[in-house]
Amino acid sequence: MNHDTYPDDYIRGILNGVKVIAMVGASPSEIRPSFFAFKYLVQRGYDMIPVNPGHVGKSLMGRPFVASLADIGRPLDMVDIFRSSQHIMPVVDEALKLSPLPKVIWMQLGARDDAAAEKAEAAGMKVVMNRCPKIEYGRLSSEISWMGVNSRTISAKRAPIPTQGMRLSLNRTSVGGGATTAADRAAKDRSDPT
Amino acid sequence: MTDRAPGFATLAIHAGAQPDPTTGARATPIYQTTSFVFNDADHAASLFGLQAFGNIYTRIGNPTNAVLEERVAALEGGTAALAVASGHAAQVVALQQLLSPGDEFIAARKLYGGSINQFTHAFKSFGWNVVWADTDDIASFEAAVSPRTKAIFIESIANPGGTITDIEAIAQVARKAGVPLIVDNTLASPYLIRPIDHGADIVLHSLTKFLGGHGNSIGGIIVDAGTFDWAGSGDKYPMLTQPRPEYHGIRIHETFGNFAFAIACRVLGLRDLGPALSPFNAFMILTGIETLPLRVQKHSDNAKAVAEYLSKHPGVASVNYAGLPEDKYHALARKYCPKGAGAVFTFSLKGGYDAGVKLVSNLKLFSHLANVGDTRSLVIHPASTTHSQLDDAAKIKAGAGPDIVRISVGIEDKEDLIADLEQALSA
Repeated sequence: MNHDTYPDDYIRGILNGVKVIAMVGASPSEIRPSFFAFKYLVQRGYDMIPVNPGHVGKSLMGRPFVASLADIGRPLDMVDIFRSSQHIMPVVDEALKLSPLPKVIWMQLGARDDAAAEKAEAAGMKVVMNRCPKIEYGRLSSEISWMGVNSRTISAKRAPIPTQGMRLSLNRTSVGGGATTAADRAAKDRSDPT
Repeated sequence: MTDRAPGFATLAIHAGAQPDPTTGARATPIYQTTSFVFNDADHAASLFGLQAFGNIYTRIGNPTNAVLEERVAALEGGTAALAVASGHAAQVVALQQLLSPGDEFIAARKLYGGSINQFTHAFKSFGWNVVWADTDDIASFEAAVSPRTKAIFIESIANPGGTITDIEAIAQVARKAGVPLIVDNTLASPYLIRPIDHGADIVLHSLTKFLGGHGNSIGGIIVDAGTFDWAGSGDKYPMLTQPRPEYHGIRIHETFGNFAFAIACRVLGLRDLGPALSPFNAFMILTGIETLPLRVQKHSDNAKAVAEYLSKHPGVASVNYAGLPEDKYHALARKYCPKGAGAVFTFSLKGGYDAGVKLVSNLKLFSHLANVGDTRSLVIHPASTTHSQLDDAAKIKAGAGPDIVRISVGIEDKEDLIADLEQALSA
């Protein structure tokens, strides 16, 4: 898998296919990006489980925190890792011990660990790095367009009626092939010491 | 589903727009409303806290304006955009996210006269200090960089002279200085030049010009390229990187990733400064954009024909049009805008100031007014109008000397335009 750019079909397939998502590094603080994403995904109907050893005993939108993936005790479809790049590998190692294996490892915007990705893919898992599932869901449903964001999709079909938030649509044509040239340039610039 | 990328003309018509979910309306409806109902209290709180995507109040966002924003972002190859009330408002809102009182930004000396005024006088009262540099001398940009520099501002095709800027060279200076490059792409439009492809971090437009294209609506837009590394900029840009008290302490850049700048412009700039675009204007401009590729090609082709005619006229001293092979900027035009060098350019008359005034009054088809990028052909004498507040030396530096006439070539039949110039020059 090329992890610099993802085809929209790949991301759409993942977001349409998963139901139970463990979010590692979920925060109960209402101003943290992980809280924003957790709440959004709950509202879109995903079965969300907050994982954070520092908050066991509390709950997030009525869902109790667990300390680790091993404590969940039921099959997971996806592990969404809200940790910085250097903390990814131990989480992937932990996910690899689960039975059955989760289908997807997703690393949040800004997080990337190619070695961890390779390990997960070798075990048959799909991997997404340096993306946010909330942003991708919003983009592929075109809901994010309300914020003036380039969804990089077009459609001549009638839009779905947004009742309790917009749903992922299968009939939108991808414009950019999931390629984000500008974002890739930014990522490249970041690793450039000058 | 295939991931084939649609072309520019397809995006000009479709990007951002989709048949209305409730009525099936194919054209983008004008959502002429101030406000939007919430589903419930939690939805309202989520929207105000920036946790949900959605509409609150037209000063912050509007569905018609959102279509315009996504369309221009798509045409420019950006991650997001924010439409505002005018090109001038776009400049205020964009720079407000980058500069604090006492900070500096570097701007090209060859700019639209209104921008020179805004930067020199209005921004002074905010404590934003402009430092001028010369687009023909890249070293002058490097020399102008100081620890207080927060941005570099250029025009892709500069007004009024129609000169072409070496965007890539100035982008290098901006990257080295660790500041975003802002490119005003009004005169080129994304059809001729896409500055993000050449290293721009932020692109601005006066939508009033070629994008709207029909001289009927004022508007402006800010496009975020998604390329600037706010996270790596330390505390240089507090609007992007510091906890924002306006929103309970969230940090815009970590929450919104590669479209953080556009969001900052919306929720910190537009929300609090207030220059919202009317949804009706957004609709008019959207309709104009659908024909952008056709119009701008015709504008450029006509301009080239008119420039060729003028360059051979005995009463004309010189023509400054980068589309002419002998022009100083022709090599840059071939690199940056091979499809055409735009439709706005200047020429000087052997008869000087008086001849310029006379030409303007003798023209019958060219309208004498202070705008460019209309379907109609337009003419103005910058020294006595758009650039009149500058002193003589500054007028010449800005390409608006006393003998200079600026035209914006429309999409009428080029033979009619040339005939009008012919009669006006010989009258």
